[in-house]
Amino acid sequence: MADVKKMAIVVHSGTLDLAYPPLMLAAAAGASDFEVDIFFTFWGLNLLKKKGLKKAKLGGAWRMGTSMMKMMIKRTGMATLPDLLEGVLDTGKVKLWACTATMDIMMVKKDQLISEVTGYMGAAGFLDIAADCDVQLFI
Amino acid sequence: MTDMPTADKTIDCRGMQCPMPILKAKKEILKIKVGETLEVLSNDPGSKEDFPRWAKRTGNEFLGVFDDGDTHYFIKRKV
Repeated sequence: MADVKKMAIVVHSGTLDLAYPPLMLAAAAGASDFEVDIFFTFWGLNLLKKKGLKKAKLGGAWRMGTSMMKMMIKRTGMATLPDLLEGVLDTGKVKLWACTATMDIMMVKKDQLISEVTGYMGAAGFLDIAADCDVQLFI
Repeated sequence: MTDMPTADKTIDCRGMQCPMPILKAKKEILKIKVGETLEVLSNDPGSKEDFPRWAKRTGNEFLGVFDDGDTHYFIKRKV
């Protein structure tokens, strides 16, 4: 096997549609033997809250279309966000980091977050990880 | 078309969307021995590109894709 590939993702948004791409990519990457670090910041932190993935909705004017979108997701055989996260964590290759600075801004407390959160760090900490990654994304 | 390879294990991912077939395949390929072959049934259109690339990326061997109404992907575990 070739050298170990690494991916870093910054998740800035907490809407349903924007929660899928990082989790889908993390799932595929974990299953492809990548090491993955995801940094949740601003509204992305909402996805790390208990039941946060279940509560995620479409953004702005699309918000009222959330249940329609969820119906289509179910109909097409796509995993729900909570199931997708379970698959992601199951690979054993993915770490979830919460951004400490935006936790303060968004008034998010550690005890509001799911226990699967790997840890808490700031920009320099995540940059240190991302600097050694082959794939770096901001979503 | 050549004959379908013989699989040591078959998983049915029909009805699943990306990335679930890959996640499931990864889980199952670790349960067979090196040298054995995993067969994946998938009707996710993304699988056609995903499985050969995934097999190569993970150091395994993609043996081929066969269509008999269902689409069968064969991956030999190499690592």
